[in-house]
Amino acid sequence: MADLVIEARALRKEFTVRRKVSRFRGQRHTVAAVAGVDLTVRRGELLGYIGPNGAGKSTTLKMLTGILYPTAGQVTVCGMRPVPQRIRLARRIGVVFGQRSALWWDLPLRESFELLRHVHRVPATEHAARLAGCRRLLDLDGFLDTPVRQLSLGHRMRGELTAALLHGPEVIFLDEPTIGLDVVSKQAVRAFLAELAGRGDTTIVLTTHDLADIERLCRRLVVIDRGRVVHDGSLEDLHARYGSRRRVVVDLDEPVDGGPRVPGTSIESVTAEGRRITYALHQATAGQVVAQLARLGSLRDVSVVEPDIEDVVARLYTSG
Amino acid sequence: MVERLVAYRRLLAAQVRSQTQYRASFTMDLISSAGFALTDVLSVLVLFRVTPALGGFGPAEVFLMAGLAMVGFAIADLTVGNVERLRSYVRTGLLDAVLIRPLGVLPQLLAIDFTPRRIGRLAQSVLVLAVGLAVADIDWTPSRVAMALLAPFTGAVFFSALFVAGATVAFWWIESGEVANAFTYGGRDFTLYPVSVYSGWFRRLFAYGLGFAFVSYYPVLVLLGRPDPLGTPDFVAWLGPPVAVLVAVAAGLLWRTGLRHYRSTGS
Repeated sequence: MADLVIEARALRKEFTVRRKVSRFRGQRHTVAAVAGVDLTVRRGELLGYIGPNGAGKSTTLKMLTGILYPTAGQVTVCGMRPVPQRIRLARRIGVVFGQRSALWWDLPLRESFELLRHVHRVPATEHAARLAGCRRLLDLDGFLDTPVRQLSLGHRMRGELTAALLHGPEVIFLDEPTIGLDVVSKQAVRAFLAELAGRGDTTIVLTTHDLADIERLCRRLVVIDRGRVVHDGSLEDLHARYGSRRRVVVDLDEPVDGGPRVPGTSIESVTAEGRRITYALHQATAGQVVAQLARLGSLRDVSVVEPDIEDVVARLYTSG
Repeated sequence: MVERLVAYRRLLAAQVRSQTQYRASFTMDLISSAGFALTDVLSVLVLFRVTPALGGFGPAEVFLMAGLAMVGFAIADLTVGNVERLRSYVRTGLLDAVLIRPLGVLPQLLAIDFTPRRIGRLAQSVLVLAVGLAVADIDWTPSRVAMALLAPFTGAVFFSALFVAGATVAFWWIESGEVANAFTYGGRDFTLYPVSVYSGWFRRLFAYGLGFAFVSYYPVLVLLGRPDPLGTPDFVAWLGPPVAVLVAVAAGLLWRTGLRHYRSTGS
């Protein structure tokens, strides 16, 4: 298919590690960081690639970007094999590592961008147009002339995002781009990625531990655990599959012993001396719960709580 | 290709700019590296206070040999020597940032770590060689002029290949430490003196196994028009340049293999 940007089949990466047995003797072990991942990503998709620490997220990304050589399996990105065609592929993808800089430490941000223009051979007008776009969306103007080593993490990350986009990549890989950022910078990065995804021509693969990133940005989630894909689908699928439900919290005027039963729901908790009841919705809708309780005549307040991705992911990570 | 060269030149210029930002430390480095060539020359001259000849060669001849070795090494050290920093790139995973740019890994590393202060060392070495060529008793012929011009670069290619091969160790063995320096800096010291002063397995390994005889010993034999006291046929001296190319290719292949073993530590 022409619009498949990333295709991985049975992708595998093994590392040999030495474990000390005694002071002088070591034992060699083979550990599969990625143990057979199948993944296809279409043009314009925004994919959240999530999983606990050590699940193989970064290793997968490094195989997709030509940094690591796969032990087994096939992988193509933009129709190219990442390691053998690394240089050609590098011109068509952008990569941001949250924990590693692609900028020049001692040079002002502006000069790093100018260097990257030559590295990627971008025509000056094209470069200027893209830089102007990033300056506006990421609010770079205040620190363009500051050496990178003096930038705050939030400012640096905005610089890294710009650096990865100046050559107009078709695919952009982001490895924990919001790690360690303050709330304002996180929001700036998220808004920027949402805008980029909204344009629809750039494919984005994002790894993150930040659940707000996922809820805000990712329509499709691939969850990886111990080197294997354990879920591939939407956030809603994930909720459905792992049993997280919307909840309705009602406050009553008078305490009802054990809480009034509502068909199609289960009572999760009764607090505030029996006056606050939390219903988990199964088949019933929030409206049906409210209608039922309103008939009792003692309803004071109602709120609907969306399912918490944090719970889902925590459950997912511990279930394996 | 030309465009790619422009990119490397830009990277190089950026590195020089950021190094000169720390002006005081840059000047200090330049001054301290001035001592190196002097130390080498003195260590050669001191030996002649206790002996009139080394392995059958007089002071002027050994001085010339040292000059060739020093220039060859200084060129390699200036252009390729900083590849030894690969170790820290591999250990910290910083090589990732190099790999995501659409340029070759080795030329990028050489450009982004270029150390301009090593130019001082090269200038002094060239001076030593010039003095050596002047004081040695050379009967100049076209082929000897050719040898005098080729030899420093042959030596530079030998040392460069060794620097690259030595750095490659880091792909397999991150805590390799200074192991590679035994061969690079050790090789430099070896080539300051005639091969005939060494003996046994040590001579065989360094002079012939690693090819260090081609750096300064054989070229000086050609320049002086002397047969090898160890009995090597004369034409062998001219094999230096092609052998250097072969060694460079071997180092390049080792580098490519090493890159495939890069593990990219951390997340």
